[in-house]
Amino acid sequence: MDDFEPRIIGFFCNWCTYAGADLAGTSRIQYPPNIRIIRLMCSGALDPVYVLKALLEGADGVLIGGCHPGDCHYQSGNYKARRRVAILQSILKQMGFEPERVWLRWISASEGRYFADTVTEMVAKLKELGPNPLKGVGAI
Amino acid sequence: MSITAYLEVAEGDTLGALQNFLGRLLSEDIVDALLVPQKLPTGNNVVPTLIRDPARLAGVDPIAPVMPVAAATALSKVTATEHGERLAAVLRSCELRAVVELVKLQQASLDKVILIGVDCLGTYEVTDYARLIEAGVDPTAEVLAAVAAGQLKNLLAADLESAAKGYQLRAACRMCEKPVPGGPDVYRPDVIIGFFGVDPGRQILIEASDALAEKLGLEAAEPPARRPELIERLIAGRTAERDRMFAAFRERVTDMDGLLAEFSTCIRCYNCMGACPICYCKECIFRTPTFDHASPQYFRWAERKGSIRLPTDTLLFHLTRLNHMSTSCVGCGLCESACPSELPVALIFRAVGQETQAIFDYHPGRSLEEEVPVATFREDELTELGEREG
Repeated sequence: MDDFEPRIIGFFCNWCTYAGADLAGTSRIQYPPNIRIIRLMCSGALDPVYVLKALLEGADGVLIGGCHPGDCHYQSGNYKARRRVAILQSILKQMGFEPERVWLRWISASEGRYFADTVTEMVAKLKELGPNPLKGVGAI
Repeated sequence: MSITAYLEVAEGDTLGALQNFLGRLLSEDIVDALLVPQKLPTGNNVVPTLIRDPARLAGVDPIAPVMPVAAATALSKVTATEHGERLAAVLRSCELRAVVELVKLQQASLDKVILIGVDCLGTYEVTDYARLIEAGVDPTAEVLAAVAAGQLKNLLAADLESAAKGYQLRAACRMCEKPVPGGPDVYRPDVIIGFFGVDPGRQILIEASDALAEKLGLEAAEPPARRPELIERLIAGRTAERDRMFAAFRERVTDMDGLLAEFSTCIRCYNCMGACPICYCKECIFRTPTFDHASPQYFRWAERKGSIRLPTDTLLFHLTRLNHMSTSCVGCGLCESACPSELPVALIFRAVGQETQAIFDYHPGRSLEEEVPVATFREDELTELGEREG
């Protein structure tokens, strides 16, 4: 399993985390190329169905990024996202699936370094956790 | 303030007394219509019925131990848009709790609605109910006789004539620990029709607001002494059964294999979603083309995984539904009753809902003031989520 490279799907809000990731790129900060990013207008716009879809299709982790509490461009979307992630993690845990594969992080537009650190940290954790047990399972 | 009163039952005709009471709401111009369970003129079923004519009350039966469809959905249909009518709705505890959730989800209105809750002893599957009648059993009379005898253990273990014939209450009812309107963690409706603690062959308990009691000429009386104890025993028995079933489920589903096995016989009919009184999306994402793909995509997936189950996304459907509505699940079990594969979906949703509701200390159907978890938030909660660990 030494050559296991986790695949992470990122769902980032347009205003903070996506801009933070952009800043990491324009600042030429190095981070592992294991993440595929999907841009949303707000973390509060993310229906859990898409996180589940990514996991059931074999993504090793999902990183949901939003503005820091109090900083949501739409006032409260990130607080609603936080509730949905809490519900999702509870359900995944009860269903025998590792909730540690779903991360929620507040990353602002100025935190390019923190974004890169987060991806680095998540890749390391997922390498410890190993591949998604559903990877390659077609009977779902 | 509300008062306790009793309806006198003449010659053991409990249903007649109830029909007379409900009819007076119409004839004395307290409401314009009733939404109440009524026996269909032909066949063996009792269904939610909207009645305007006081002469059409024959066959009204809020006691019949059957719940073929969601009355909360019916109430949603008749109140969701402006109607101007005064309505009284007669509901079981789970129906009442589902109505409370739908009101908070802005899909039903209690404007000019009098909610009447009825003590519930549990229900049979609609097919079992019909077969029982064909076999010569009068399920309503059987329930009343059991209450009159105070044999609550019989209602739990179903040591009844129907049980002897091999029928038992629906699983959702056997594990329902909230059978009493206005009881623990159940919304208190405007009127309660009670059977626990009285002999329903002689009298029926009514709890109603002072104003309504006065209009109906109800006289205040002492509450029945045995009622709290009987309710407590019923709830204790049901809670024990619930915990036993939850534990069995949690033992079965400890990993992915267990989970996949649980849904292996799903035929993707979406009956569970259609029967659910809570499922609030006006258009379910699984009824849209969101997960329909161009043909080559299926071959690519099959290539990547070696093989794929068709139709795709069965587990996704159930997990998504759990995410959307388990926090508001009232445990009516209509999902399970509607499942042609007899999947224990009610058990799964109740067991999972117990945990998701606990995150927010939320009790579905308890109060109109407590906001549904998915529609609100608090700034000072779950603060560790989203922050870097350690």
